Amino acid sequence: MKELKQTPLFPEYKKLGGKIVDFGGWALPVQFTGIKEEHNATRTAAGLFDVSHMGEIMVEGLNSLEFLQIMLTNDVAKLTPNRAQYTMMCYENGGTVDDLIVYMLAENKYMLVVNAANTQKDFDWLIAHQIDGVEISDRSEDFVQLALQGPKAEKILQKITSYDLASITFFRLASSVTFTGIQNEAIVARTGYTGEDGFEIYISADDGRKLWNTLLDVGEADGLVPVGLGARDTLRFEANLALYGQELTADITPIEAGLSFAVKTNKQADFIGKEVLKKQKEEGPKRKLVGIEMIEKGIPRHGYEVLVADEVIGVVTSGTQSPTLGKNIGLALVSSDYTTIGTELFVQIRKKRVKAKIVSTPFYKRS
Amino acid sequence: MSLPKDLRYTEEHEWVKLEDSKVRIGITEFAQSELGDIVFVELPQEGDEIEADEPFGSVESVKTVSELYAPISGKVIQVNEELEDSPEFVNESPFEKAWMIVVEPANLSDVDELMTAEQYEQLINEED
Repeated sequence: MKELKQTPLFPEYKKLGGKIVDFGGWALPVQFTGIKEEHNATRTAAGLFDVSHMGEIMVEGLNSLEFLQIMLTNDVAKLTPNRAQYTMMCYENGGTVDDLIVYMLAENKYMLVVNAANTQKDFDWLIAHQIDGVEISDRSEDFVQLALQGPKAEKILQKITSYDLASITFFRLASSVTFTGIQNEAIVARTGYTGEDGFEIYISADDGRKLWNTLLDVGEADGLVPVGLGARDTLRFEANLALYGQELTADITPIEAGLSFAVKTNKQADFIGKEVLKKQKEEGPKRKLVGIEMIEKGIPRHGYEVLVADEVIGVVTSGTQSPTLGKNIGLALVSSDYTTIGTELFVQIRKKRVKAKIVSTPFYKRS
Repeated sequence: MSLPKDLRYTEEHEWVKLEDSKVRIGITEFAQSELGDIVFVELPQEGDEIEADEPFGSVESVKTVSELYAPISGKVIQVNEELEDSPEFVNESPFEKAWMIVVEPANLSDVDELMTAEQYEQLINEED
């Protein structure tokens, strides 16, 4: 087996009882104490996630806005410094290269936070389309990224900084936040992948372990626990946040995945994929992502076929037993003819066809 | 980790308990700890025939689906219906409350071919 990549936090996993798995070439913890427990702690108190495997690509220079308007589907011109935006990067045929968050750090300085497994692919794609007046650099190894998520996230983080965190509202950021006892300044953004309030913190790789341990210490009284990839997946799934490789792929467009809000086909720039995506938006896609809930016993899983009568009408992209709701639910990409809420269909679970129905999403919304 | 001496074991991490001329089957403590929170157990029905090394059901954790492989061939004469509503028994009590099926073996002597507790312990030490 090929040597797995490690984040700077790797030595901490074992101390905390982390169960390590191979996640796209990275040695990462799938769980510490248990997926359900970590999931519930994040919903009710707070969870700390090491997401340093995510990629950070810097795009800088006088023409960086012009460049990003061609590369990304959302309207990057809407950003001002210290604001972030969720966006796709697409192929000409509308298929998805990646979904990512673009952070505007300053005039002519943007940070693209991309999926770990896609970092090299995204970087190559950007370089292949590079224009004059733009510098692109993969800075992934320089950063530790920690996600502090949950209703207690702000209270906990505020304990180690004098920066007024309440002033960083949803999808905004502060690019030079100082933490008690930590040398380098951090970028703190109010973003996340759990459906809860919380922050994503980007800090120098050298300071990562110290920040991780400091947060666990000061957060313990408020119920903060370390969280692995297992609960990260169930949390994002309940909140209907797409996972690249499942809800989005090179063969699935953001319109099909229900992410039209991040595809601004009326922006002036001719971004890559615009023609196809515009047409899909106007005419409606042939397939759509829907929520399903099992009526009969069984759990829908990625890759299972979805049927109506004897006809295959789609496929499950994600599914599990929801820890928050206790229901067996999934997301499925199905023919647009069968997307009405309440429609009954079947999921092929091994040798059995198990009855399910279409339900609205997200499955979970914080109160 | 608990490993009762009077049981036999398989490479697929099932345990087999000989009870007169029948055998009771479940999954081991090691298996449940590897799987994590079990949320669903799918078992055969009474009267079904199972075949050695072939799947007879599955257990699902939050994250994964794992097939259950029959340790021996035979006929299912009892199924633990409680696991349908209480799959967490597999985590809490894998050797007692979470027995899965009772089988009438086609050849009772097949049980002797399975691993002893000592042999199984070696196997999991190698895997861990």
